[in-house]
Amino acid sequence: MAERPEDLNLPNAVITRIIKEALPDGVNVSKEARRAISQAASVFVLYATSCANNFAMKAKRKTLNAGDVMAAMEEMEFERFLEPLKEALEVYKKGQKGKKEVSEQKRKDKEKKQDSENDRSREEEEEEEEERMEEEPEAEEDEAEN
Amino acid sequence: MKMSQNSSDKDDQSPGNKKGISLPISRVRLIMKSSPDVSSINQEALFLTTKATELFVQHLAVTSFNNGSGKETNSLSYSDLANTAEETETFHFLTDILPKKILARDYLQSLEEMKEEDADF
Repeated sequence: MAERPEDLNLPNAVITRIIKEALPDGVNVSKEARRAISQAASVFVLYATSCANNFAMKAKRKTLNAGDVMAAMEEMEFERFLEPLKEALEVYKKGQKGKKEVSEQKRKDKEKKQDSENDRSREEEEEEEEERMEEEPEAEEDEAEN
Repeated sequence: MKMSQNSSDKDDQSPGNKKGISLPISRVRLIMKSSPDVSSINQEALFLTTKATELFVQHLAVTSFNNGSGKETNSLSYSDLANTAEETETFHFLTDILPKKILARDYLQSLEEMKEEDADF
């Protein structure tokens, strides 16, 4: 898949929001500064990825994992990120577990429903047959009255 | 890696979301995949990189603002960022993409001076 240069940029609106929330109220951030920070963020991702990948390769793994990223942050001298990252990861993992349980439950419920629906539709068919047989004599009576 | 959770990206962007990230994971993943030698990235690593990038944006903005000349004028300009990249070690990796700007006039003058120095030898 060919990547266009724009695709490797992060959305300006989100970057702007993060900057504004980090700075004191009312600070004027120039358009040029915003663009530069956005580009810096993309470079940061590349640098962090490359660094994390080195750790993965050293451990003879092909898949980057959480530990690799944490090690990369330390290597890049962003130790200040480690605590907030650990906390965020905990919340994330709980959220993922919850989602998994919800979708597992939904799947089980669906299976249960399908089973009971199959049973019910068989019962209904039998009931309908009985009703039809009962209705016929009544229908004749109605016709006779009209 | 299965991205079966693309729909969850929308949840991530809502304010006060539990996961606490605003940047789109899918975009971060695109950037990461453009790095050579990277085969696959697990979901947690993807999340952490996205979160770290947000922390980085905050850190860069705040550091540049605090070190910069804009504190009196209450503004953050490009040159604040370029100066920070040069002066703060952890931001050195940004010097190529955040070069300091100089006036063309000054650049030409320093070229002249270099030529004169060569001429002396």
